[in-house]
Amino acid sequence: MDALALSRAQFGLTIAFHYIFPPLSIGLGLCLVLFEGFYLFTREKLYLEIARFYTRIFGLIFAMGVATGVVMEFQFGTNWASYSRFVGDVFGSALAAEGVFAFFLESGFLGLLLFGWDRIKPRTHFFATLMVCLGAHFSAVWIVVANSWQQTPAGYHLVGQPGGGIRAEVTDFWQVVFSPSTVSRIWHVYMGAWQAGAFAVLSISAYYLLKKKYETFAKTGLKMALVVAAAASLLQLFSGHDSAKVVAATQPAKLAAYEGHYETAAAPLYLFGWVDEKNGQTHGVSIPGLLSYLVSGQSDAPVTGLNAFTPDKRPPINFVFQTYHAMIAIGIALIAIAWFGLFLWWRGGLWKARWFLWVLVLSVLLPQAANQLGWFSAEVGRQPYIVYNLMKTSDALSKSVKAGEVLTSMILFGFIYSLLFVLFIYLLNDKIQHGPETKEEQGHRA
Amino acid sequence: MNFDWQTLWFILVGVLFTGYAILDGFDLGVGALHLFVKDDTERRIFLNAIGPIWDGNEVWLVTGGGALFAAFPEAYATVFSGFYLAFMLLLVALIFRAVAIEFRSKQPMKWWRQAWDISFSISSILSAFLIGVAMGNLAWGIPLDAGHEFAGTFLGLLKPFPILLGLTTVSLFAMHGSIFIVLKTEGALQAKLKGWVKNTMITFILFYVLTTFATLIYIPRMMTTLQQAPWLFIVPVLNVLAIANIPRNVSKGQGFGAFLSSCAALFFLMALFGIGVYPYMVFSNPSPENSLTIYNAASSVTTLKIMSLFVAVGLPLILSYTLSIYWIFRGKVKLDSLSY
Ligand code: HDD
Ligand code: HEM
Ligand code: HEM
Repeated sequence: MDALALSRAQFGLTIAFHYIFPPLSIGLGLCLVLFEGFYLFTREKLYLEIARFYTRIFGLIFAMGVATGVVMEFQFGTNWASYSRFVGDVFGSALAAEGVFAFFLESGFLGLLLFGWDRIKPRTHFFATLMVCLGAHFSAVWIVVANSWQQTPAGYHLVGQPGGGIRAEVTDFWQVVFSPSTVSRIWHVYMGAWQAGAFAVLSISAYYLLKKKYETFAKTGLKMALVVAAAASLLQLFSGHDSAKVVAATQPAKLAAYEGHYETAAAPLYLFGWVDEKNGQTHGVSIPGLLSYLVSGQSDAPVTGLNAFTPDKRPPINFVFQTYHAMIAIGIALIAIAWFGLFLWWRGGLWKARWFLWVLVLSVLLPQAANQLGWFSAEVGRQPYIVYNLMKTSDALSKSVKAGEVLTSMILFGFIYSLLFVLFIYLLNDKIQHGPETKEEQGHRA
Repeated sequence: MNFDWQTLWFILVGVLFTGYAILDGFDLGVGALHLFVKDDTERRIFLNAIGPIWDGNEVWLVTGGGALFAAFPEAYATVFSGFYLAFMLLLVALIFRAVAIEFRSKQPMKWWRQAWDISFSISSILSAFLIGVAMGNLAWGIPLDAGHEFAGTFLGLLKPFPILLGLTTVSLFAMHGSIFIVLKTEGALQAKLKGWVKNTMITFILFYVLTTFATLIYIPRMMTTLQQAPWLFIVPVLNVLAIANIPRNVSKGQGFGAFLSSCAALFFLMALFGIGVYPYMVFSNPSPENSLTIYNAASSVTTLKIMSLFVAVGLPLILSYTLSIYWIFRGKVKLDSLSY
């Protein structure tokens, strides 16, 4: 493989691994605020116990998020130097803002959240929890701002440089921040993160119920998380729809690839299918006219097809078709699971339906998968551009880095991340097995 | 006269990296000394001394990186792609450090704790060393081509001067960390650690003298700005005074005073480095005409202005809650059920 393919693979690997943790930090952070808020409000010991238990889990996840995040901050420079020279004036400020306004906040208060329980008043502790949660949400804003600008650039002009070459420079900062896709994507990322957090709590609680351990603890946590999961999952459908409309307006080649849509004409919506890229055909089960309807409100409105773009301006079609449709299928499944859970709760059968509790135990994997699939769709669907319509990915590479060097770092990361992942799962499982009791109650293991 | 936004941002990026050096400096120093205490409880005290704050400290590096990207994208691109393998090593070290702190005390097995102790300590030492080497290379100069791309090799980065600066950094952080850890401990452990302060201090001062002479002899360019603006000589003078004050504080038993002196020493050392390299971001050696200065590496003035606004709003907030959090966690380390 050449340096380009390797750098892309390395970026994909490291960001995908990083993105296992942020959605959990964001979503679980929200749950912590709820649990602790309920405790402050009711002064019920049970809520405190729940909050303290999930804080321990949160600490582990957060550490993994930090360890893998630092890599991301520097990879634009190490592997994508030409890109960094081109976008730095615009894109760098968003990254810097993330540090100034988000990372300091979350990492500063994290110490209080994890170690402050017995040092500060409950109200002050709640404030720290709130700040960590807020910081995590802020960091998502700024990183999505940066990414959205690269998807739908706005508020810039191109300026020739004295040493040759051109770069993008800011003309209007607010247009950069609110580029056409920013708002819809932030909501979509938030809902995906809330789903990740809520389904994690559901999974752990359901596991305890099946093992008949800590039952009051588990039931309370499960009910609260179920409400969050149901709300976020439903909102996710609307926010996804909103994202799709923005994609249709700003990145028509991407939308056409998502749906394997070749001829500019009224477009169906596929439930599932397969794109035959050689012959330019898509086979599968579809609802006629629905894509046209969703995009423009009329089922016979034409939607731009892939044939309007020469092959060198199209992304890998079947790949994004599959990732995109898998994400949507999971989205529907999550709505079904969460709302069926609410229904069972209302009918009083939730604790008896063991098969459903098993579904909940496994459900934690679904938001994780959908988050990854969503990013893969959005990022691969943007190809061949790294900055949409402005810069090709193949022109973005570091000129001074050799393929052998990237291969070395890639093997290094592959090895380390595999190791970390195994250890993370091992420790997570260990914490779950030990349940909500503190170390004293277990007679000081340490 | 136009306001010199590029110089302002040279200083601001410098402030972020100085914050990193002062704060993560003692974290890394504690890590460097970690293997020298043998007892499990003592090692846990080391870890928990930095437990609640190390992540916040590391954010100074992350934000410094972000600010460098935003204010001097050419320098960010050149340095990080040029030092590719060295930075990958640094990243690996930072990953292992972060997870070692988190993972170590989660399991009781002896081999488990031993393994994470080693990776915590080695990665702390390696991080400090690589940071020093990187600074050494910026001082010495690295070969750049006309497109501002790094034209050297990985092994070419390991010249004697950068290695000397790497070792100096390790010894500096070890001293800084040992002074910090004395503040966080008590009793017999503290008495033992006080002896370490002396040793690390002597080591550092030796390296410091060596580095100073090497710079004066081999990199006279580092003196240019000082000669043009003689009032800046106050910085090396204060630097020497701060360093000299450390043994004075130590011999008088003023632990906190020694820590402040050590912080001041770090601050002036970073200032001195900044004055030395100014106005270059990346000096090209050979072919100085290919160098990146703060002017040809900078973003547009519009961007620098926007970011100045960020700093004006953000920095007071950051300083206020960082100080509050340090205040809450002041005092000796006490191990409890929440500790690492
Ligand atoms: C939607 C959210 C999101 C996305 C897309 C990303 N991150 Fe992230 N990142 C977070 C949300 C987040 C977070 C929630 O703020 C984390 C995760 C857990 C944590 O500790 O903070 C974090 C941690 C984290 C850290 C460590 C901060 C610290 O030391 O406290 C860095 C440097 C980055 N990230 C940088 C990046 C970069 C450069 C990304 C893009 C290429 C990126 N992240 C994608
Ligand atoms: C966190 C979730 C994310 C995931 C899972 C993700 C996924 C990916 C993948 C798979 C690639 C490789 C695409 C290819 O080579 O075909 C990629 C590339 C890239 N992404 Fe993302 N991405 C994420 C977030 C971001 C963010 C937040 C940014 C910027 C702020 C970003 C910037 C880039 C850049 C610069 C590349 C390299 C060039 C390229 O191959 O397109 N990504 N990403
Ligand atoms: C319910 C039906 C869903 C629809 C209609 C939908 C729609 C979309 C669309 C159109 C995009 C592409 C945006 C772009 O290219 O810029 C996208 C991206 C994404 N989706 Fe979904 N989605 C759905 C469910 C989900 C679920 C359940 C999750 C996670 C739990 C999720 C997570 C993501 C993520 C992380 C991205 C990438 C970030 C972004 O571009 O916003 N999606 N989704």
